[in-house]
Amino acid sequence: MNDQEGNNPERPDGEVNKPEGEVAKVKRGLQALAGGWRKCDTTGMPVCLDSQFFIRVNAVFAVIFLLIGGLAAILLALTRWEAFNLLRTDMFYRVLTLHGLNMLIFWILFFEVAILYFTSTTLLNAKLFSRKVGWVSLVLMVVGAVMVNWVIFAGQADVLKTSYLPLLAHPAFYLGIILVAVGTLVAVFNFFATLYTAKRDRTYEGSIPLVTFGAMAAAIIAVVTLLHGAVVMIPTFSYSMGWTGEPDPLWYRLIWWGLGHQSQQVNVAAMVAVWYMIATLSTGAKPINETVCRGAFVLYILFINVASAHHLLVEPGMSSSWKIWNTGYVMYLAVLASMVHGFTVPASVEVAMRSKGHAAGIFGWLKALPWRNPAFSAALLSLIIFGFIGGITGVTLGTQQINIIAHNTLRIPGHFHATVVGGTTLAFMGVAYYVVPLFFRRDFVWRRLARIQPWIFAAGITLMSFGMSFAGSMGVARRTSDIAPAEEAYGAVVHFFLAMVGIGGVLAVLGLLLFVGLVVATVLFGPSNVGRPMKCWGTAVDLGSKGAVRKGKGGSHYTPGTVVLVGIFLTAFVVYYFANWRALADVWPVR
Amino acid sequence: MNKETKKPALQRLMDNPWLLLVLGVLIPVISYTIWGWIEIALIPASPY
Repeated sequence: MNDQEGNNPERPDGEVNKPEGEVAKVKRGLQALAGGWRKCDTTGMPVCLDSQFFIRVNAVFAVIFLLIGGLAAILLALTRWEAFNLLRTDMFYRVLTLHGLNMLIFWILFFEVAILYFTSTTLLNAKLFSRKVGWVSLVLMVVGAVMVNWVIFAGQADVLKTSYLPLLAHPAFYLGIILVAVGTLVAVFNFFATLYTAKRDRTYEGSIPLVTFGAMAAAIIAVVTLLHGAVVMIPTFSYSMGWTGEPDPLWYRLIWWGLGHQSQQVNVAAMVAVWYMIATLSTGAKPINETVCRGAFVLYILFINVASAHHLLVEPGMSSSWKIWNTGYVMYLAVLASMVHGFTVPASVEVAMRSKGHAAGIFGWLKALPWRNPAFSAALLSLIIFGFIGGITGVTLGTQQINIIAHNTLRIPGHFHATVVGGTTLAFMGVAYYVVPLFFRRDFVWRRLARIQPWIFAAGITLMSFGMSFAGSMGVARRTSDIAPAEEAYGAVVHFFLAMVGIGGVLAVLGLLLFVGLVVATVLFGPSNVGRPMKCWGTAVDLGSKGAVRKGKGGSHYTPGTVVLVGIFLTAFVVYYFANWRALADVWPVR
Repeated sequence: MNKETKKPALQRLMDNPWLLLVLGVLIPVISYTIWGWIEIALIPASPY
C-alpha cells in the first residue's frame, strides 16, 4: 500500500487538528452561527454557513436527478442490446428524453451550482453574496426540473432532449426548462456578486485561486449558454401555447445548440477545475505554471462555445465558411486549451510525487500514487477517458468532412458519453468523496466499496463508449430502439458491439447506483466527523530523507513520465484522425 | 508607475472577470449566433 490512511487530516501541510472538548465545540458552534461561519475541522478554512446550506441542497437534488437518469439508462442499455430489446419504440423515446434531460442538464447543473458556491466562498474566505438570491435560484431550478420530469412521465414530451421542431411537447416542458435556465442564471449571478464582494472586502490577496478561476470560466460559459436557452425556449413555449407561430426549424436548431452543446462546455471547465482541486487534495500537487493554466481557461472562455456548430455540419442552409470558421480555426484554440490541461494536471502530479521522493525511473511515481483514494482514482480515470476517448473522437467527428460519415450514428453518443459521463460525471463523483465529509460532516460508510466504485463506473462507460463507437462506425443510427429495418446492411458483427453497449451500460449503472447508495447511506447513517478531521482517503506518501537522494533531478519541471504519456496520446490522436480520413476515402473515392 | 500598470496585459485580462465575461459572451454570439442567424435569414424562400 502506497498511500497514507486513517484518521489523519487531509491537510497538505500535514498539520493535525486535535479533537476539541464538548463545551468548546458548542461555544464555537454558537459563535459560528452568529457570524454565519464555521471553521472546517479538516482544512482549517472558513466555511460560510449559507453557502454550506446551498451546497448541500444542490448536491442532494443533483444526486436525485442522477438516480432518475441512471435508472432510465439501464432501460436504454437493455433496449439497444439486441438480445433484450426491452422497450417499445414509443417508450424508448420517452425514456431517452427522461435520461437526456436528467443526466445532461439537471444532475450536472445542480452539482455545478454547488461547485460555484464552494469556489466563491470557502476558497476566497468570503460569505455568499445573498441567501435570498440562493433561495430564488434553488426554487426556480427545482420547480422547473420537477415540471419537466412530470410532463415526460405523463407522456406529453416524447421529443428527446433536443426537442427539435416541428416536434411539439406540452408547454410545461418548455416552461420547466426556462425556469431551470433562469434559476441557474440567478445562481451564476450570486457567484459573480460573491466574487465582487470578496474582492471589494479584500478577503483574498492577489489573483483568485486557480480552481475558482476554472469555476469562473464555467460560469461565464454558462451565461452564454443560458442566454441561448432563453432566446430559443421562450418563442417555442409561446408557440406551444398557441400564442405565436412556429419558429423556423433551422433557426431553432442553431439557437438550441447554443444551449445544448454549450452547456457541455460548462461541464468541461468545471470538470477541469475539479481535476486541479483533487490533484491538490490527494497528492499536494500545485500547478506547474499558473499563467499557462489560467491562459488555457481563457481560451475556453473565448472560443469553446463556437463548437456548437458541429451539430449543424450537415445543414445545407449554413455556409461552408461559417462551418469551417466555427469548427476549425476558432474551435481548435479551445482544443489546444484541453490539451494544455491534459498535460499540466498529470505533470503537476508528477512534479509533486518526485518532490516527495518517488523519482525512480520514468514511471516510478505512477506506482506510488494514492490509487485507493476514490476521489483521486475518479479524477485520473476521468482525465484518461475524457482525453483518450472523448477528446480524440470529438475533434475527429467535428471535422467537417469526416462528420458526414458519422453524423447521427451511434458514434456521436459514443463520443459524448466519454466526455460528459466518463469525464464530467466521474470527476463530480470523485469530488463528492470530499464534499460529503466536508460539508455534510459525515465520514463515508462502506469504504472498500467506495474505493472500487470509480473503477466499476469507468469500466462500464468505457466499454459502452467503445461499443457505441464501433457500432456507429458500421452505420448504426443513434436514437433508434432497434436495428431490425437495416440489420443486413450492418453485418452480423454489429450485434457484438451492441452487446458491448448493453453490458457496458449495465456495468456503468451499477457503478452509478453504488455511488448513489454510498452517498445516501453516508448522509443518513455515516459517522459524524464534527470536531475532528474527516477520515482520510489516502494521500501521497512523502518519503522525506529516504527519497531525498533522488530529489531535484531535472529541476521542478522534470516530468519525463507525463511527456511519454502525452506522446502516446498524440500518437493515438494522429492514428485515429487519419484512420477516419481513410474511412472517408473508402466511401467517397476521389479519382 | 504603480504596480498595477506593470502587470502584463494577459495577467490584467485574467484578473478582470468582467472583461472576460464581456469577451466570453461577445465572441461566440458574433461568431456563431449572429453570423448563423444572418445566413438563415438570407436563405431565399421556396417558390413552392
